[in-house]
Amino acid sequence: MGKEVFRRHGIPVPSGYVVEKESDIRKYEMPVVVKSQILLGGRGKSGGIKFAKSEQELTASVKQLLGSKIRDLAVTKVLVEEMIDIKKEMYVSIALDRTNKAPILICTSEGGVEIESVSHDKIFTRIIDPLLGYSQFIGRDAVNFMKLDPEVGKQFMAILEKLYKIFNTEDCELVEINPLVVTGSGKVIAADSKMVIDSDSLFRHREFEVIDPEKTPLELEANSKGYSFIELDGNIGVIANGAGLTMATLDALTLHNAKPRNFLDLGGTDNSETVSNSFEFVLKAKPKTILVNIFGGITKCDTVATGIALAKSRYGIKQPIVVRLSGIREEEGRKILKDAGIDSYPSMMEAVEGVVKATGGN
Amino acid sequence: MSVYVDKDTRVVVQGITGKQGSFHAGEMMAFGTNIVAGTSPTKAGTKFNDKVPVVSSLRDAMEFEPNATMISVAAPFVKDAAFEAIDAGIKIVYILTEHVPFHDSMEIYHNARRKGIVMLGPNGPGITAISSKCKIGIMPGKIFKKGNVAVASRSGTLTYEIVDAVTRSGRGESTVIGLGGDPVVGLSYIDVLQQFEKDPETEQIVLVGEIGGSNEELAAAYIKKHVTKKVVAYITGRSAPPGKRMGHAGAIIEKGVGTAESKIKAFNDAGVKVADYPINVPDFLE
Repeated sequence: MGKEVFRRHGIPVPSGYVVEKESDIRKYEMPVVVKSQILLGGRGKSGGIKFAKSEQELTASVKQLLGSKIRDLAVTKVLVEEMIDIKKEMYVSIALDRTNKAPILICTSEGGVEIESVSHDKIFTRIIDPLLGYSQFIGRDAVNFMKLDPEVGKQFMAILEKLYKIFNTEDCELVEINPLVVTGSGKVIAADSKMVIDSDSLFRHREFEVIDPEKTPLELEANSKGYSFIELDGNIGVIANGAGLTMATLDALTLHNAKPRNFLDLGGTDNSETVSNSFEFVLKAKPKTILVNIFGGITKCDTVATGIALAKSRYGIKQPIVVRLSGIREEEGRKILKDAGIDSYPSMMEAVEGVVKATGGN
Repeated sequence: MSVYVDKDTRVVVQGITGKQGSFHAGEMMAFGTNIVAGTSPTKAGTKFNDKVPVVSSLRDAMEFEPNATMISVAAPFVKDAAFEAIDAGIKIVYILTEHVPFHDSMEIYHNARRKGIVMLGPNGPGITAISSKCKIGIMPGKIFKKGNVAVASRSGTLTYEIVDAVTRSGRGESTVIGLGGDPVVGLSYIDVLQQFEKDPETEQIVLVGEIGGSNEELAAAYIKKHVTKKVVAYITGRSAPPGKRMGHAGAIIEKGVGTAESKIKAFNDAGVKVADYPINVPDFLE
């Protein structure tokens, strides 16, 4: 995906084509590089890149890579690309610097490896004022720091200007070229690239497919229903309201040597159905017990209690449910839960201790 | 006295007839906030709650001399609404909306800063100045009691939990500020610490932090050098796995940066006590 965007913005990339099955292989000027198409960096180290000098080698490499696994991800596509005559490898990226609330340019003439492994005095960094944007003085400073030849420097600056444009127009969190290659004939080419798009900007980038390789199928399912949901490796299901309070709930369990099975933030809902439906995902994660931690404000305690009681009967929940209700309409909520045979506490600590006990830990 | 807002704060609500906007505008008025006007593209000419004039644009609202705005429009329209407010010269621009692209927030922030305008949020619960009876945002009004504890936080509900604990402990609050849960927000802890340090009403400060970024670490270094008032902290996200966004777009441990351990250590090094649980925060206060 990154390469197509780069090509569209006029950044030189190697020519090549994507192969999903053996019959997709076309004749190509040898030698070629065969690259597994996965959404992870460091695939070279994991054996996901092969070289072929003949058509037989190409077919063999494609066969070998398709269907193989890299860090548990199945390879379903490979890229067949012209072999570049590499004279020098560089690195360049633009990302968000949270402290300065501005883009940060990072580049080094020591590319081809992970940037973290390059020594700091070899790395050029520069915060870019987003209202001024990229201007040539920034590129000149970078070229001088990296001691590039004038001809290479000129091409580098042209690429930098386009990269900044991509960072802005495509709403990127990160654009990275690694390696940015100088070929034997002195051409500068983006041999490999990475783009991370801000998911909050997708309303203006409908062309991008949302793929998050880090998410589990259950997370994707819950997210598609509007729940902020993360799977963890414990046995206590967790539902709370507000991201901060949900995190604090997980922390409190962890400090009690108990292990949460998930993070589920109800957000600012005041709808019993939304509360009830959230149990579907927690139950699919098969927790031993369930803790619901609510500080009622916009989300009122009786709304949540109704949702919990509804979920208990609807899903026939057998696991112990421990609830903390505090805040707006707390007493009403507590009565609804009592009628449904569910324990509730006014404080977070009592509820945490209650669920830990019910889980049989500590 | 309070920080950023006071009894002379005159608020305009951009998007006062939307579901969120109207509910919270009503709650704000009940708290005592002086809402002087609201905007709505479709309901201009009406009155909100039989009292507040509704106009079609911020330009029209300027007749009522607002000096703060609450923006409660959908994420794709936030940048335009904020630019409208910055262009009009409104001094406090608070954005309630969640899921604003951070590129938009970046532009809003730098434009606001150049004009000496304070940007608050996006994706935060706003600001409440208890003695000034001024609440801009969505914090539940009932949890507060007038006092000398200032609170700054990156969360919503967790802030209420901690404010509630402070109030139940017999203490009270001066100004409570929700910075916002996004990677790019208008105010940092350092900005609000400067204000709290100067504020005669504030005698002690609670910082509620979370994983992601290095805002807390920078705050700790600042406290060590410049803050004479007592500071207590709570940090959440100790149990968060790296690389996962824990509900807030900004709550993510990236390449080892932004862990709870690093933040707790930074605060400890600065002599700031860090509570293990929200309920323990008042234990460390005077």
